[in-house]
Amino acid sequence: MTGFDELRLDGVRRRFGARDALAGLSLTIRRGEFIALLGPSGCGKSTALNCLAGLLPLSEGSIWQDGARLDTLPPEKRGFGMVFQSYALFPHLSVRKNIAFGLQMRRLPRDEVRRRTEEAISLVRLEEHAKKLPGQLSGGQQQRVAIARAVVLEPSLVLMDEPLSNLDAKLRLEMRTEIRRLHQTLGLTTVYVTHDQEEALSLADRLVVLRDGRVEQIGTPEDLHERPANRHVADFMGYRNLLPMKVKAVHGPVVAVEGSGLTLEGTPVGQVSPGDDVVAGIRPEDLHQGGDGVPVTVEVVEYQGRELAVEARTPSGVAVHLRAATRPAPGDQITVTAAPSRVLVFPA
Amino acid sequence: MTRVALRHRLAERGVDRQLWLLVPGLACVLALFVYPFAYGIGLSFQPAEGGVLGAYRTFFADAYQRDTIATTLGLSLPAAILNVAASVPIAYRMRGRFRGKRLLTTILVVPITLGTVLTAEGLLNYLGPAGWFNRTLMALHVIDEPVRLTNNYWGVFFSLVITGFPFAFLLILSYLSGIDPTLERAAATLGAGRRQRFQRITLPLLAPGLATTFCLTFVLAFSVFPSAVLVGDPAGTTRVISIAAYHAAYEVYDYPLGSAIAVVMGVVELLVVAVVLGLRSLLYTGSTGGKG
Repeated sequence: MTGFDELRLDGVRRRFGARDALAGLSLTIRRGEFIALLGPSGCGKSTALNCLAGLLPLSEGSIWQDGARLDTLPPEKRGFGMVFQSYALFPHLSVRKNIAFGLQMRRLPRDEVRRRTEEAISLVRLEEHAKKLPGQLSGGQQQRVAIARAVVLEPSLVLMDEPLSNLDAKLRLEMRTEIRRLHQTLGLTTVYVTHDQEEALSLADRLVVLRDGRVEQIGTPEDLHERPANRHVADFMGYRNLLPMKVKAVHGPVVAVEGSGLTLEGTPVGQVSPGDDVVAGIRPEDLHQGGDGVPVTVEVVEYQGRELAVEARTPSGVAVHLRAATRPAPGDQITVTAAPSRVLVFPA
Repeated sequence: MTRVALRHRLAERGVDRQLWLLVPGLACVLALFVYPFAYGIGLSFQPAEGGVLGAYRTFFADAYQRDTIATTLGLSLPAAILNVAASVPIAYRMRGRFRGKRLLTTILVVPITLGTVLTAEGLLNYLGPAGWFNRTLMALHVIDEPVRLTNNYWGVFFSLVITGFPFAFLLILSYLSGIDPTLERAAATLGAGRRQRFQRITLPLLAPGLATTFCLTFVLAFSVFPSAVLVGDPAGTTRVISIAAYHAAYEVYDYPLGSAIAVVMGVVELLVVAVVLGLRSLLYTGSTGGKG
């Protein structure tokens, strides 16, 4: 494998007209790492991927592979594998020829092309379909061809652009495991773009959260899940309750906040002082029913298998989301509480 | 009850009142196309003398008549090939979005609107013995006497290219924009250079479209008539088959022979088209992933 030890993005910026699609991304990718670029649509994550692949020229900044500058090379010279959202399989070539394409472009000996193609086909378990055209395959099979086509070259970096977004929920889970398994077996350095936080958390070693072309936070799944750096990351990480509040008092590591018809205690993220406008972030799982908590009125109850998702309204009319074990009826008055360590208080 | 059920069953097979919408179109096709066409074919089998196939025998027995097939093919095949071949690189360059694309497309397509007569006049003025083209070359001492580019094979050939190119270009441009641009990008990430991407990905996906485009421009060129007369040498090197048919029907008033020549013309066209479409069926003709 023509690997690298370190791939360094240095202030990578890409403008479309006057708009910054990506405003200065700096990131060091170490060999063997699985990095997820995460963010809502339009956040610049696909732009970042295309810049890495060489499909989009940079407006500013540079990309370095160990000591060598990479951003001036055309895509065909970078030796990265890419899996496209639409798979982009060559419709006129059979599965086998699709997978062999990259090897043939490298002018490898015929025997080696054949051997490695067959290996890749069996890696993604498509032996029976090797002679078919992409149009004759199901979505999941096409996805596997796209992955095999990208990894057969043993590229120094695999780029994946929302590869699972066109699959149905069940297949998405299967392919997710598949991608993680491939990464474990082959140890290929991977950059994976997604808007699905669950996908990113479960696959990646490190996550890069982007918003409006800017990096919001870089960290391990645990970092992001437990300690989101700001309310935007929190929003993306499943802190569905983001309540505008005011700081009442600060007692060491705990702050008392009130507003939205609630009074809560929480853990500050960043500097807050009494009187500040803040946003309190609480996951629905961390907001518990019962106790001498805050009274709210149940509005909507959704059955979700092991538990119920409840939307309720505080006396001042702000919606809160929580999980409940027993089914409350719409209109019921219930009380909710949350542990202070589970309430994150972000500066607004 | 049974009446409703019957109507329902018919509707299931596509028989319902909407079929009446076909009547005006069908009537026009029958009256203006099928009947005259059948009449012409019938006429070609009723010559004044020589039995059922007499008109055809007359045509093929006379080398002067028979050779019009070769003359017409000699003009229309190269013209159609050139039109397709020239359109591919231009359309390929223009497949993306860029400023001024609409203007450029308009300029390339304008010749369609001019009509053959205006094109012919332009050619005569520009490429003729006293035209700018020859005068410029003579003034530059590139040539000593005017190059003859009109009233011969080349005049008609240029005219066919000028009028046929826009069709070929527009068709190929739309075929190209039907090919998903991500495919080429995927090929690039797999190590394929510009040339390989075109040869291995774009061209194979475009080939069926090229075959269709070729057929259309060929048929257009094969039925050349005005330019063959105006900028050609209608008595000699550009005596194309349509001139032969016109001559037979409207100068000699031998309608059966004229019809027979027209039928021969159609058969030759069909043969070429059949060969090209036969080859096309060997290619991949499925989805090309684009917006169609």
